[in-house]
Amino acid sequence: MADFNEIKNRLEKRWQNLNVLKDISDTEIQSLNQGLQEDYQYLIFLEAKTPDKNRRKMIKKVRASLIEQQNILKKYNQIRYGRIVQKSAPPIPVLKNSLAAFFVGGVICSIGQIIINIFTLNGISNKEASVAAATVMVFIGALLTGLGIYDEIGRFGGAGSMVPITGFANSIVSPAIEFKREGYVYGVGAKVFTIAGPVILYGSLISVIIGLIFYIIK
Amino acid sequence: MQNKKIGKQTINFLNPISVVSFASIVGPKEGQGPLGTGFDYILENNLDGEKSWEKTEQKMLEHSLEIALAKKNLLLQDLDYFLAGDLLNQIMSSNFTARSLGVPYIGIYGACSTLVEGLVLGSILIDGGFANRVGVACSSHHDAAERQLRFPTELGVQRTMTAQWTVTGSGAYILEANSEKNDLIITQGILGKVIDMGQANATDMGSAMAPAAADTIIRYFQDTGKNPKDFDLIITGDLGNIGRVLCEELVLQKGFDISFNYSDCGVLIYDPGQDVHAGGSGCGCSASVLAGYLLPQMLKGNLKNIFLVATGALLSPTSTQQGETIPCIAHGVVIQGKS
Repeated sequence: MADFNEIKNRLEKRWQNLNVLKDISDTEIQSLNQGLQEDYQYLIFLEAKTPDKNRRKMIKKVRASLIEQQNILKKYNQIRYGRIVQKSAPPIPVLKNSLAAFFVGGVICSIGQIIINIFTLNGISNKEASVAAATVMVFIGALLTGLGIYDEIGRFGGAGSMVPITGFANSIVSPAIEFKREGYVYGVGAKVFTIAGPVILYGSLISVIIGLIFYIIK
Repeated sequence: MQNKKIGKQTINFLNPISVVSFASIVGPKEGQGPLGTGFDYILENNLDGEKSWEKTEQKMLEHSLEIALAKKNLLLQDLDYFLAGDLLNQIMSSNFTARSLGVPYIGIYGACSTLVEGLVLGSILIDGGFANRVGVACSSHHDAAERQLRFPTELGVQRTMTAQWTVTGSGAYILEANSEKNDLIITQGILGKVIDMGQANATDMGSAMAPAAADTIIRYFQDTGKNPKDFDLIITGDLGNIGRVLCEELVLQKGFDISFNYSDCGVLIYDPGQDVHAGGSGCGCSASVLAGYLLPQMLKGNLKNIFLVATGALLSPTSTQQGETIPCIAHGVVIQGKS
């Protein structure tokens, strides 16, 4: 067993090594890690059996530096591995995904516009037609979710199917279906907004803030 | 007493353990995959007449054990222990299976490495003389896992290219103290360390788990002095396309070239055309591939000895949300066929 001062000395010396991690070998890094672990173990043992509060604080401070050193080593290894991972990561099909989102989003919005037009042609005012069309779109989104079709559209269309109001319907109906087996109170009731909850909460919050700003400016 | 441990982590069974029977059940998607013909039972759909996916998974686990027993005319009371694990919270499928079995039960959790953890522990029990016959099983269900770990299944989300598809499947194995007919024997096992290389992306398990798999493979070769050429096949559990490449590279860095005989269960189980992105994952992945493909190949004599390394990501939805990185583990087992 080492003693406290020895550990402190070792701690100081170790900083030199940690500053030049790139130049030292894997085995040396391993032994650095080993040493850190041993010192840490002894320190926590010392801390536990020291009754004096001030001395305990001192030990704790040294222990904090040990943790810092451990983190440096960990980070170094992680960054090295992260580079290898990045090299082998599959390319994200950005162009294909964007086109799919553009297409799916466009189709959904076109359908919405067609519905608005049908309503206005039948004598409903433009403002009311928009509200009615939104209701119809929510219904369609919910229906397609229930039929197990919307998740397929989402897999293909990505944000194109998520952003329009049908996506909002999907985000509420899918947990409702999912958690029905846990009952209507703790299942559907408690989990129905797990996906849409953040949108509803922060949507309302932002609308209040913007309303206030608007009120003050005016 | 003879020492059954080699080097730092490897266990050498002095009385090799026989795998006398095995069975697998998979979902429809796995049944349509390239290994479809090997499985004992393919579900017609993901629910298979049950009320919930969790119940389906539990039934799969139970039925695979029953089929494995029936293949050798064994009954439940012939088992000394039942070892099982799965991916659901509190290893629900396994516990509920054990409820209906009436066999002393050891519940284990090693995420997707559970199968090999069970095989090694079961072999330890038998080699130590604590049991004569042990049942090992594990399972996973795509929809049940998806809803617990990610999103509701009907939510329209786009999966990333690195995402893997949780296998709906289960596998059960009956281990015995070495009997006369030793067609398949477990000769060695290795229990892995938990390795965390700072990967935090829960949709890219392959990259997170590869270092753990590599660590166990390298450790095994260092412990035993063997080299990759001693095996017909080195196969990891569920690293998928991305993790497989990384693992191969990490093992090569330590001087072991496994490129010529290395594969991954998650790569084998699906056809690239099945839209599973990086491949299969889950306890059921290695469990069903071993019982549905690898062991039958060994019985036919196409493979003589394999080194199966099952990998597990020991994360939880809570740890991911709290920004923790993913700790991973890999256990290995050496299985020899007819010599």
